[in-house]
Amino acid sequence: MLKKLFAFCLLLLALPAQAALEVFACEPEWAALAREIGGDQVHAYEATTALQDPHRIQARPSLIARARAADLVVCTGADLEVGWLPLVLRQAANPKVQPGRRGYFEAATAVRLLEVPLRVDRAEGDVHPAGNPHIQLDPRNLLRVAEALAARMGELDPANEARYRARLEDFRGRFQAAIARWEKQAAPLRNMPVVVHHKVFEYLFHWLGLKEVAVLEPKPGIEPSAAHLAAVLEALRREPARMVLRASYQDERASVWLAERAGIPAVALPATVGGTPQARDLYTLFDDILNRLLAAQAAR
Amino acid sequence: MFLRHCIAGGLLAALPAFAWAADADIAALRAEIEALRSQYEARIAALEAKLAQAERERASVGAQPSPSNTATAFNPAISLILSGTYANLQRDPASCRLDGFVPSGGEVGPPPRSFSLGESELVLAANIDPYLRGEFMLAAAPDNSIAVENAYLQTLALPKGFTLKAGRFYSGIGYINEQHAHAWDFVDAPLAQQAFLGGQYAQDGVQLKWLAPTETFLELGAEVGRGQNFPGAERNKNGVGAWSLGARIGGDVGVSHAWLAGLSYLQTRPRDRQFQTDDASGNLVTNTFAGRSNLWLASLVWKWAPAGNPSVRHFKFQSEYYRAGSEGSLTYDLGGSNEFTDGFRSVQSGWYAQGVYQFMPRWRVGLRYDRLHAGTLDAGANTGQLPLLAAYDPHRASMMVDYSPSEYSRFRLQFSRDAARRDVTDNQVFLQYVLSLGAHGAHAF
Repeated sequence: MLKKLFAFCLLLLALPAQAALEVFACEPEWAALAREIGGDQVHAYEATTALQDPHRIQARPSLIARARAADLVVCTGADLEVGWLPLVLRQAANPKVQPGRRGYFEAATAVRLLEVPLRVDRAEGDVHPAGNPHIQLDPRNLLRVAEALAARMGELDPANEARYRARLEDFRGRFQAAIARWEKQAAPLRNMPVVVHHKVFEYLFHWLGLKEVAVLEPKPGIEPSAAHLAAVLEALRREPARMVLRASYQDERASVWLAERAGIPAVALPATVGGTPQARDLYTLFDDILNRLLAAQAAR
Repeated sequence: MFLRHCIAGGLLAALPAFAWAADADIAALRAEIEALRSQYEARIAALEAKLAQAERERASVGAQPSPSNTATAFNPAISLILSGTYANLQRDPASCRLDGFVPSGGEVGPPPRSFSLGESELVLAANIDPYLRGEFMLAAAPDNSIAVENAYLQTLALPKGFTLKAGRFYSGIGYINEQHAHAWDFVDAPLAQQAFLGGQYAQDGVQLKWLAPTETFLELGAEVGRGQNFPGAERNKNGVGAWSLGARIGGDVGVSHAWLAGLSYLQTRPRDRQFQTDDASGNLVTNTFAGRSNLWLASLVWKWAPAGNPSVRHFKFQSEYYRAGSEGSLTYDLGGSNEFTDGFRSVQSGWYAQGVYQFMPRWRVGLRYDRLHAGTLDAGANTGQLPLLAAYDPHRASMMVDYSPSEYSRFRLQFSRDAARRDVTDNQVFLQYVLSLGAHGAHAF
C-alpha cells in the first residue's frame, strides 16, 4: 500500500516536468533564445516588444498575470528592468520566479559587462551601477547566455535536459558559423565613426570595432535637448561621423535633425528581434543590422 | 623537433644507396613529422584557450566589487522624496472645508499660502529573508511632525498566488488610495478622496490578496484592521474595527492600450468619531458619531501609448466613483450637560475624472474634474443645528502642466478653481517640485 502511495506521489511530482516550460521573457531576444534551446518544450511569453524602451515599461496588469504562471523568468538584469520587474514579480505572488530562486534568470550574469561606471551618481544620468545592460547586440554574448540558460532550463525541467543540451549544441554550431560570416561581412565597418541616440549599441561596436564619437542624449536616459544637439553638431565639424544611429524604438526627431545638418544618414537599427520587419529571429536580427549599416555606409 | 629533422636529413643524405628502402622511410618520417606538428598545434591551441580563460577570469574578478565593508552590504534600499510648493490662494485656506460633508479630520484642503514644504518621504525596503520583505516609510510633514505612513511586512513565498501584508499600509481600496502622494498627477488629492477617506486611508491590520491563475489579471483582496482612521475611529475594543473586500481586473487591448478596473467595499465601525463645527448661532459644538460607515468605490484606469512605448507620447485616464453611507447616532454637545443624541443616516457620493497627456518627451498636461453629491443626510433633531451639513455639492476643476527633466525630477504648475465652500470660489495656483533621491523606485500601474 505504502509502495503504491509512494509511486503515486512520484507520479504527481513527475507530472509538471512533462509539461512545457512556461517562460516569461522580459525582452524578445531572450524569448527567441529560450525557443532556440527549448523548441516545442517551452512556451515563451514576451513581456515587451522591440518597439518599446525596456527601461520604461509599466508594471501592467497583463504582465503581472503572466508572471504568475511562469516557471522561469528570463531577463537582462543589470538594472535594465529595475523600474517595473520588481513590482511585477512581487505582485505576481509566484514564489518560483522570485529573485534568488532557480526560476529567476538574469542574462547579464553570464557575460562581462562593459562601461561599469567608476562614479555612481545620478548627476551622470540614468547610470547602471553594474554596467551597460544592452548586452544582446554582441552575438558572442548570446552564445554565453544560451549556455547558462540551457543549463538552467535543464535544471528546472530535468526530463528534457538532454534535449536542451542537444539543441544548444546545434544552436551553437549554427550561430558560430553565422558569427564568422557576419564578422567577414562587417569588415568594412571597422573603425567607422558613428553618433548614437542612446548607448544601446556599445556591445555591437565592441564586437565589430565601430567608433562612437558622440551621443545625442546629454546623459544616459535624459532626452536630447536642443542645446546639447547643437554642441554635438559643432563637435562633428571637428570630428566627422559617418551616420547617426538609433534603436527603432527611439524617437527619430533628434537623429533626423542632426543627420540633416551634418549631411550624414540617420539609421534606425533593430535593438532586438522584431525591431524591424526584417529582424524576425536572432539570425535575421544581425543580418538586418549589418545590411542597414553597410547600405548607409555605401550611400555616401 | 629540429634535432629530429637534422637526424632524419643526415640519415637520408648518408644512405643514398638504399634508395628503395629510403622511399619507405621518407614516407614514414613525413608521417611522423606530420603527427608531431598536429600534436604541437593541439597543445598550442590548448594553451591559448587556457590563456584566454585566465584572462576572462581575471577580467571578471576585476569587475567584482571588493567586499570591503560587509557590515553594510545588507543595508536596505533607501529612497527619499523631496517636495515643496508655492501656493497662491485667493481665499483663506483656514476656512477651507467641504460643505455638506462630515469633516474627515485628515489632510483636507490646499497647502498653506506662499512657499511651503510638502511631505518629505523616507522609504527603506529590503527582503528580510527568502519568505518576507519589509518596507518602512516615514513622512516628515512641513510642521515638523513625523508620521509612520507605512511599515509592513509582505510575504514572498506563499503558494497558489496568495500574498499577505501585515502592519500599517495604505489600504488597497480603489486606485489612488494606494498611491504615494509623490506619484499623484496633481498637487492635491481628489475631493472625494478627502471627503470620504480623509485624504488617504491607511490601515493597521492585515491584507490578503489572491491573484487568479488566468491570462487576464484578476485579483481579489480582503483586509481587516483596527479602523482607527476616518471613516473609522479609535474604538478601544478587541477584534476588527474595519474590514474591506475588493476585486481588480485588468489587461491589455492590443499592444497600445492597457486598463485596470476595480470595485471595493469598506466598512468601519467607529464608536466615538468626533468633529467640531459651529452651530446655527455660531457656538463651537463637538459632535460624536457612533455606528457604522460603509463605502463603495469603483475605479477605472486606462492608459494608451503608441506601440506601448510611453517615452514620447502617452495618455492616462483615471476615474473613481465613491458612495458612502453612515448609520448610527450623533451626539450634539454644547459643553456642560447640553447633550442631545439622535439618529444619524447619510448616503452621499462623489467622483473625479482626470486625464494626463504627455505630448512630447518631458512635458505633460492634465485636466481633472471633482464633484461631490450631498445626497441625503438626516441627523434627526440635530439637523437644523448643523449648518455645515446642509446640502451642498462641492466641485472643483484643475489644470496642470508638468516638466520632468529626468525620471527623477518633476516640476508642476497647477491651476484650480475650487468651489468646495458654499457661495465661495477659490482660484488657486500652485507651483510644485517632486524629486526622488536614491534607489530607483518602481511605480505601480
